[in-house]
Amino acid sequence: MSESKTASPVPERRSGALLQWLERRKAWLFAAIVLIILPHVPGLDGNFGRSLLSQMGIAAVFALSYNLLLGQTGLLSFGHAVYFGLGGYAGIHLMRAINAGLPIPMPLVPLAGAATGLAFGMLFGALTTRRAGVVFALISLGVGELVFAAMRILQGFSGGEEGITANRGMGPHPFGLTFGPQLQVYYVIVFWSAMAAALMAAFLRTPAGRMCNAVRDNPERAAFIGYDPVRIRFVVFCVAAMFAGLAGGLHALNYEIVAAEAVGAGRSGTVLLMAYIGGVHSFFGAVLGAVTITWLQVSLSDYTTAWQLYLGLFFIAVVLFAPGGLSGLLLMHRPILGTRAFLHVVKSYAIAALPALAAAAGAIMLLEINYRRATQPDTGARMRLFWMDVDTSSVWPWLSAIALLAGGAFLFNRCRRLVANAWQQASDEARTVGGMQREPRP
Amino acid sequence: MLEIITFSLLNGVVYGLLLFMVSSGLTLIFSLMGVLNFAHASMFMLGAYFSYQIGTWIGFWPALVIAPLLVGAIGAAVERYGLRHVHKQGHVAEILFTFGLAYLVAESVIMIWGRNPIENRVPAVIDFPAFLLFGTSYPAYKVLMMAISVGMFAFLYLAFRRTRLGLIIRAALTHPEMVGALGHDVPRIFVLVFAIGSALAGLAGVIGGFALLTEPSMAAALGPIVFVVVVVGGLGSITGAFIASMLIGIIQTFAVSLDYSLLDLLRVFHVVVSSDSAFHEVAAVKIAQAAPLIPYLLLVVILIFRPRGLLGRRDA
Amino acid sequence: MKDARASRGCVLQLRDLHKRFGATPIIRGVSLDIDQGERHAIIGPNGAGKSTLFNLVSGLFAPSAGSIRLDGEPIEGFSPFEIYRRGLARSFQVTNIFPRLSVFENIRCSVLWSLGYRYSFKRDVAKLSDANARTGEVLEQIGMSARRDVRAGVLTYAEQRALEIGITIAGNARVILLDEPTAGMSRAEAARAVSLIRTISVGRTLVMVEHDMGVVFDLADRISVLVYGEIIATDAPTRIRENPAVRAAYLGTGPGNL
Repeated sequence: MSESKTASPVPERRSGALLQWLERRKAWLFAAIVLIILPHVPGLDGNFGRSLLSQMGIAAVFALSYNLLLGQTGLLSFGHAVYFGLGGYAGIHLMRAINAGLPIPMPLVPLAGAATGLAFGMLFGALTTRRAGVVFALISLGVGELVFAAMRILQGFSGGEEGITANRGMGPHPFGLTFGPQLQVYYVIVFWSAMAAALMAAFLRTPAGRMCNAVRDNPERAAFIGYDPVRIRFVVFCVAAMFAGLAGGLHALNYEIVAAEAVGAGRSGTVLLMAYIGGVHSFFGAVLGAVTITWLQVSLSDYTTAWQLYLGLFFIAVVLFAPGGLSGLLLMHRPILGTRAFLHVVKSYAIAALPALAAAAGAIMLLEINYRRATQPDTGARMRLFWMDVDTSSVWPWLSAIALLAGGAFLFNRCRRLVANAWQQASDEARTVGGMQREPRP
Repeated sequence: MLEIITFSLLNGVVYGLLLFMVSSGLTLIFSLMGVLNFAHASMFMLGAYFSYQIGTWIGFWPALVIAPLLVGAIGAAVERYGLRHVHKQGHVAEILFTFGLAYLVAESVIMIWGRNPIENRVPAVIDFPAFLLFGTSYPAYKVLMMAISVGMFAFLYLAFRRTRLGLIIRAALTHPEMVGALGHDVPRIFVLVFAIGSALAGLAGVIGGFALLTEPSMAAALGPIVFVVVVVGGLGSITGAFIASMLIGIIQTFAVSLDYSLLDLLRVFHVVVSSDSAFHEVAAVKIAQAAPLIPYLLLVVILIFRPRGLLGRRDA
Repeated sequence: MKDARASRGCVLQLRDLHKRFGATPIIRGVSLDIDQGERHAIIGPNGAGKSTLFNLVSGLFAPSAGSIRLDGEPIEGFSPFEIYRRGLARSFQVTNIFPRLSVFENIRCSVLWSLGYRYSFKRDVAKLSDANARTGEVLEQIGMSARRDVRAGVLTYAEQRALEIGITIAGNARVILLDEPTAGMSRAEAARAVSLIRTISVGRTLVMVEHDMGVVFDLADRISVLVYGEIIATDAPTRIRENPAVRAAYLGTGPGNL
């Protein structure tokens, strides 16, 4: 997140200013164009695709708000869904009021979520941010459980496990927009998500935002340069809660239902997974994680009931082997991008991928067969696995799965040296090239 | 009235001891290694499932011994082959690793025993009335639960105070580097303590499994309460964990038997809340209904008035 | 020199300061006046309580008894950030920087409060021209301009020590406390550090704890000797050298390197 360009040269002519403005924001503009076109891309232009994109947008805002805590300030929260869910409840109740005749256009509903998130962020933040580290993590968990239990008890407000519903199509229709079709909702979500992302990025560039990083690195020293670490944590906690609330409001608008699980530990865990798997060290990691996990959730749950197990395994693998997350893995390649040896690296990946896939297939077969036998024992011994009919009562599926797993793992282990060698070559090359480029600096 | 109070107190103590068995292991691990083990309640769950499985094969008494040992072995493996490798990446990575592990344990339990609660009944050998009180019988298994918890603590206390190993562990709690410098194998002590803590949770699972519902979500249900115990008692303080366990165990048990709401209290003062007021829903909640909230409310109250917990000494 | 000091007055005043940890007294009744604009060194054998004294003055610990006044205002028991805001900054003996931020960011974070930006979340730091200019100035002063985009955590030890001083002085505090600024440095590095300290102390009051007697006698206007939590002498360097009590304390514990 460190940006090094500090002084921008003064534009020579006024007409150049606009161009320069565009130039500086070209990444944002590019993203905006992509987001506008996406729901019309074949494959995503149906209701399913557009709904998936909407979910990704909501998850991205939620994960970005979580990244403010964990990635930027070092606060590990196990209860961030509290602000998401309460924002969602505020949204759904406002929608019901609109259904009953309140003259507010539906696209403003997420703002109620943001306000509610902020309010509860201030309330609970005052309590929880006095401590950092492990104690903060535990307290966030306790507050999460408190709110979840309260939501289950206050059935009239929350609807409990069943939840409460509203109708986003019933209300004022500005410019003839009903917000019934998924496409219109998608654009509302994209608008708010982009706003939220831009605001969060801007927040990190303000004095308070920069001090978040300082407090993450060294709270003691931050106090000796004039800042109260508790105050900084409180500020970022409120900001994060506000954007989580906004995401909750978007959730209400998208699904037209909010239930107690929206504030629950499961959702708090999911956003942690998203932010961490995406990579907490970069802003863009949270978005990457949100998009990846949402896609996995939606697509895997179609194929297997064990998808949470795969998600858990994936998460542990990231914690153990790629603490920088997916974005960390991608960014790792930036220094060697453009070297000739880069091709070798890609080639070695392709070779290593084959045994890895075989091992994964073997592991998946074993897990699926077991899972099926434990959770649906009444469906019999025959099941479909990798587009094949498999008889789990015979020994062959087990044997072939074990063979795939063991053989794949063995070969993959041998391929690792190949990858390491290619990397060595590429980074040697990058160092000589990079050294030459970096040398002249006035 | 006296009858209700006595029985609630007894049940509260049983529940409190159970909580302490789980939270003492967590505290031990935390004090020694600085690791907050999110998978600790999963060890409790594994204890319950293992004892059920072993119980159906060879009976309850062997299960009572074998299941905690198995759980302890799993704990040792988790430390040796998992946590130790994450250690260099810092505490957040350690917590996240155990968090992911809790996820995996729950899913593995589903894979082996299915999604639904298993019929983990009180074993017939201990399912008889122990004594009569106010004309009501008190079940023997609850007496056994109490006896096992107390016996286990007595054993551990003596082991810690009287043996050489206990001495080394106590030294490693405060000065791990020094203990290492004196030539003791600190990593092995870590493994051992992790195993002991896990086995304690496993034992709690064995005797708590049939009192609570044995299902894949039982770890997720108990875990947060155990963490509350640890924070309320003061992170790293065993005595604090004991007081907090008892407090939560007894208060919660009492709350379940109280069928009153704020409305009833207000009625005493002749205040009537109309049923269409927004406040009515909150006021109408019975204390018994709100019992699950109590540990977390206690947490909030403690945080306001004593942020370090009851017996917490230093800021973590 | 002495007359000039007197006219400028006392900026930091410790009166009968005590600190004990549990039953162990570490600081046992320290009284000390630091004058405006002087360079004051605190020396003493290991374990004398020099760092603890700094920790009391800078707010890391609250004193068990006694008073600390900055510009005549009591500050004992205040939080570090409150004391910093009143114009007192300190460095640490063990390098205490922001390891994952760039060198530039380390310094810029340290100038923000003094320029009045506080907890602002309305302004883009890249556009705060005064903050960026001041950061550049400090980087120039500590000789780190060429390393500005490097992550602080991967700097060499000497560079981190320089950054440590940079963070301390960036906010233009009037009183600066330096805790062993040359600890662990080679002769050449220490010499560079001394000239840096000389530059940055112009127009400021400087208090430093230092073990290197060369550095102390080179820089200090006055020296206080702290032994077992008590100040046994405060005087000009030449007089400290001849002070019999000091000689006894030092000759008793180590080589007579005074």
